[in-house]
Amino acid sequence: MAAAASPSSMESAPRIMRLVAECSRSRARAGELRLPHGPVATPVFMPVGTQATMKGITAEQLDALGCRICLGNTYHLGLRPGPELIQKAHGLHGFMNWPHNLLTDSGGFQMVSLVSLSEVTEEGVRFRSPYDGEETLLSPERSVEIQNALGSDIIMQLDDVVSSTVTGPRVEEAMFRSIRWLDRCIAAHRRPDQQNLFAIIQGGLDAHLRATCLEAWLAKWCHVRTRDPRQQTPGHREAEQMTKRDVPGFAIGGLSGGESKNQFWRMVALSTARLPRDKPRYLMGVGYATDLVVCVALGCDMFDCVFPTRTARFGSALVPTGNLQLKKKQYEKDFRPIDPECACPTCQTHSRAFLHALLHSDNTAALHHLTVHNIAYQLQLMSAVRASIVEKRFPDFVRHFMGTMYGDPTLCPTWATEALASVGITLA
Amino acid sequence: MKLSLTKTGSAPHLTPHTLHNIHKVPAMAQLTLSSLAEHHEVLAEYKEGVGKFIGMPESLLYCSLHDPVSPCPAGYVTNKSVSVWGVGGRVEMTVSKFMAIQQALQPDWFQCLSDGEASCAEATSIKRARKSVDRSLLFLDNCLRLQEESEALQRSTIIGVIEGGDVMEERLRSARETAKRPVGGFLLDGFQGDPMTLETRLHLLSSVTAELPEDKPRLICSVSRPDEVLECIERGVDLFESFFPYQVTERGCALTFSFDYQPNPEETLLQQNGTQEEIKYVHQTKKIKTTGCNQEMTSFEINLKEKKYQGDFEPLVRGCSCYCCQNHTRAYIHHLLVTNELLAGVLLMMHNFEHYFGFFHSIREALKNDRLAQLKELIRRQAS
Repeated sequence: MAAAASPSSMESAPRIMRLVAECSRSRARAGELRLPHGPVATPVFMPVGTQATMKGITAEQLDALGCRICLGNTYHLGLRPGPELIQKAHGLHGFMNWPHNLLTDSGGFQMVSLVSLSEVTEEGVRFRSPYDGEETLLSPERSVEIQNALGSDIIMQLDDVVSSTVTGPRVEEAMFRSIRWLDRCIAAHRRPDQQNLFAIIQGGLDAHLRATCLEAWLAKWCHVRTRDPRQQTPGHREAEQMTKRDVPGFAIGGLSGGESKNQFWRMVALSTARLPRDKPRYLMGVGYATDLVVCVALGCDMFDCVFPTRTARFGSALVPTGNLQLKKKQYEKDFRPIDPECACPTCQTHSRAFLHALLHSDNTAALHHLTVHNIAYQLQLMSAVRASIVEKRFPDFVRHFMGTMYGDPTLCPTWATEALASVGITLA
Repeated sequence: MKLSLTKTGSAPHLTPHTLHNIHKVPAMAQLTLSSLAEHHEVLAEYKEGVGKFIGMPESLLYCSLHDPVSPCPAGYVTNKSVSVWGVGGRVEMTVSKFMAIQQALQPDWFQCLSDGEASCAEATSIKRARKSVDRSLLFLDNCLRLQEESEALQRSTIIGVIEGGDVMEERLRSARETAKRPVGGFLLDGFQGDPMTLETRLHLLSSVTAELPEDKPRLICSVSRPDEVLECIERGVDLFESFFPYQVTERGCALTFSFDYQPNPEETLLQQNGTQEEIKYVHQTKKIKTTGCNQEMTSFEINLKEKKYQGDFEPLVRGCSCYCCQNHTRAYIHHLLVTNELLAGVLLMMHNFEHYFGFFHSIREALKNDRLAQLKELIRRQAS
């Protein structure tokens, strides 16, 4: 049984988010994160640099694009090169020589999505390394231990990840377990002053479960603050035994898998409605430009996704009207840049025709040009979104964005129209 | 003195941003017809020349026939045409098609259409050597004539190609005859091969360059190793292709050889390459399977995939001013190679180009200060 609260756990988690502006109509917010490696303006899109590298672009190029926070993957880095070596290299920042912020996930998602023979128990996730076949256990403690060695500015709790297409008791089990694992992560976290541990709200696509998860977290927190037993919701006996738990930020997890967009936005909206206003909301695994804009309207602040960088390596360039498949013959003699409005180095120097020719060669530079552009596209989009919130014209921005992307407001996907309407933004 | 390598108009792995990080990048870049010929129509419609098309409008450009890295199949040269191989397959070029392509490219220099097959292993007869010279001279005369009629090519310089296989008589004939034409420079073709064959051809090389005017540049193709470069410089060659650093990059290696011809070259050598034991180790592990360029590793480089670099937090070469050495460690490069990350190629290419261009800088300094012999000795000791 957990002892009485120790002095350090009675401290509030640091307030890392400063709100700069809020949309008077929707739930959109503009803010600033104060992190150990510098401030980050929100809403923010975080590119994913899985194995301590942003694919083919250098740290200098990424910095020049204005990126101030990106992701590393605990699962991959935990296996290769391993936390001990990274610690010797002065953390992940030192190892990859990235001067700005890093966020690492817990390894939970890869565990389930990449590893075919993984087994989840209360202890953690047991799996076999795909590189040397050795059996390993990724527990909440081990995940935090690795992330402590990596030294990232934001670290994620290990959660019991279940695909959003799964239904039934497994979803509820995963949700409650994730809460228990959060507590174990908080207890194991050795560097709360240098690294911000985020909680992950689960519950799949079940509104009741998701609400329960949110309440359980809030109840736990409120319980300790007020010490009022009547604040507890039923079925959360473990809350009584917990000392104060507070986290600097929240992630909305378990979405952006195979679920329908209709269910997806409702779960996001449900989550943001209940999460504390003054803490950052990180929507994991999102994504496409439309999803980003809608989810900002729904009240999310931080996003990550492999899509822009991955699609670049397939020859696809992101533009305000969608994307250009530059390998296609139609671009062979197109001497315009990818986007004449884009300020990135690729668009400043090269034409679609040149990129088309280069993509058909074996020179990897082609991929790097597109990676640079696609990251620029995502960052420029977030910048524009933020400016519109600060300047109190976010709803107009959304209408203009959708008009450019889909041509006509009536052609905007139904789920997006409904999601925006739910927070007071109409497209017509 | 060296040409910056490009593949389809771009330095391998590098965008203009990362290319600009490199110091002492040569003023002249090499393009290859093998990668550009199939884009002829696009460039013709573009009208503004290949330099602007590839985003290098400020660079001087030299267009060679073939890619020095990918050997092309023999047996496709006829009296009327030469073929190059691009990603889309074979492109056959008559003199008029060749010149039409050059019109669309508008390079500063270009290698004239030529028959380079007398130097292939299969073709060693005197007859074949003679034919290579005859054909190449005929191509040259036709190209010069077409150039006169072309407005777009007035500012381009044709580089005459010296052929003749391994037959001294034919080589001399090629040199003398080509020198009579109004070419801007000379390409010494067919001297490539493994180090053994190069040695036997070096004698031929001296005799050829002796026939060429002093005031026009001499280029050589397919020779890029540091030791071979020095041998050729001693025999009157001025310009080289820079594909050696690219090959080193493709096998996951980094150039570490010393070109610092200080009074105590032994010390410098140890500093660059580690201890004597390490050098021996390198000699033993020379054969590496590589993707694309199945060349053997040389003693001018280290193999970053080796396990011993896993925890090595030194830069690739201590004191190197390249972006990679200023910002990253051997351990990081090792990690990128082991995990098959694209950044490995980018960083290694940046280092290997810079190191190689630094070597050429030291050659020029050595020539100025009459110390080439010292530099040659230093390099020779590191070759094996």
